[in-house]
Amino acid sequence: MTTKYKNVYIKDVSTVVGPYEFKGPLSKRFDKHYDDMYFGTDSLESAEIQLMKDSIDLVLNKSNLKNNDIDLFIAGDLQNQITSSCYTASSLNIPFLGIYSACATNTEGLGIGANYIESKICKNVLVSVSSHNMVSEKQFRNPTEYGAPKPGTATFTATGGASCILTNKKGKVRIESSTIGIPQDYNQTDPMNMGAVMVPAAANTIYKHLTDLGRTVDDYDLILTGDLGIYGKEILKDFMKKEYNIKLKNYNDCGVMLYDLEEQTDVQAGGSGPVCSPLVVYSDIIKKLENKELKRVLYVATGALFNPSMVFQKNNIISIAHAISLESVE
Amino acid sequence: MEKKLYDKLVMSHMPKENRGQNAFIAFVIGGLIGALGQFLVEFYSYYLGLSSSDASVFMIITLIFFASLFTALGFFDKWVKFARCGLIIPITGFAHSMTSAAIEYKKEGYVTGLGANMFKLAGTVILYGVVSAYIFGFIRLIIMGGI
Repeated sequence: MTTKYKNVYIKDVSTVVGPYEFKGPLSKRFDKHYDDMYFGTDSLESAEIQLMKDSIDLVLNKSNLKNNDIDLFIAGDLQNQITSSCYTASSLNIPFLGIYSACATNTEGLGIGANYIESKICKNVLVSVSSHNMVSEKQFRNPTEYGAPKPGTATFTATGGASCILTNKKGKVRIESSTIGIPQDYNQTDPMNMGAVMVPAAANTIYKHLTDLGRTVDDYDLILTGDLGIYGKEILKDFMKKEYNIKLKNYNDCGVMLYDLEEQTDVQAGGSGPVCSPLVVYSDIIKKLENKELKRVLYVATGALFNPSMVFQKNNIISIAHAISLESVE
Repeated sequence: MEKKLYDKLVMSHMPKENRGQNAFIAFVIGGLIGALGQFLVEFYSYYLGLSSSDASVFMIITLIFFASLFTALGFFDKWVKFARCGLIIPITGFAHSMTSAAIEYKKEGYVTGLGANMFKLAGTVILYGVVSAYIFGFIRLIIMGGI
């Protein structure tokens, strides 16, 4: 389902990262970073809450808005019961919608927020996501200090918090349209190869977006997927060509852009997590749109709706992708 | 696209893992751990005058102690990532799995956290270790008459 918007603008964005992301190629563009993984809290779960709270403080400061200027807070993360979002929301005193699409959560949030603004129900909507590498390791994989070797296709959950304020007042960058994706099941069962799990969802959403709007890939200066990783990126190019006869041009993947894959070998195939794509989009792409270096960008966050119990019970991993088209305002 | 065709596409983009090199590293490091264990057995029986079965127990305690200590100090996971089964298969891997789980869940309380989760990874090893010991002991009793 693709929706076009006339009146939805991005007011401000903020990014907070952990030490490993700060060592990556985008290091200077993040608003704030921490040197350890606890951020002054006493548990990893609380540390992730801190990340989201920090990103919200930063974005409110940047935009000179107070909590009561925000009509709606939409947030999601990877923790069970989207804990990080709920605990952050409890300290904000803003109406709250908790959402989950794994690593596609951010575009889901932006899409929902855009609908609320376009329909004039809200004036300002705050959209936040967070993820924490060690919280995800603990929840989905092994204890963090356990050194189980991983295959090259595994991805690395990014540590960070990212927030964005959507508004109806004219700004430099606008959300031009959004496409809500359809969940895909391609019999993939390997949680160490999430790129392969998510490719069909990314491809389907890109295809639907282009056909719904009658556009081609040439209408975009950049097409960005969320966190397919280096191998997933190649699979997507082949898949788009074979399935939809579309040759991807100006295409990149946020998971590959967030880290220096040559130097930071711990990340294996690239970054992942709900915060992976907004860290790249908010720190780098939005600025390029503001400067008019880029005119129109299709941002397709990809999520593997992965549940360890279901995979142990020999079920497939489902994937989803939601797309947001960002445009530089004349 | 057919799901089987998609599997083929995924396989065509799989990175090649250097299994020969991994196996070689695991073989050498596993062997070194074995040699270290034997050295400790000899050491304890020579200097402390222990019987070789008592010295074996002391050797196991020593390896478990250092694997746990190094896990707690935060660098043993990096060694395991490098040596893989060279450190996972010996008793060091067992100690590593228990200590890492204990550290992880300590914050959730000594009973509901540490106690309930410490055997998360090692529990499997204990269960099937005991079961297979029973089966093989039984086979040995039948064939060799309990010698």
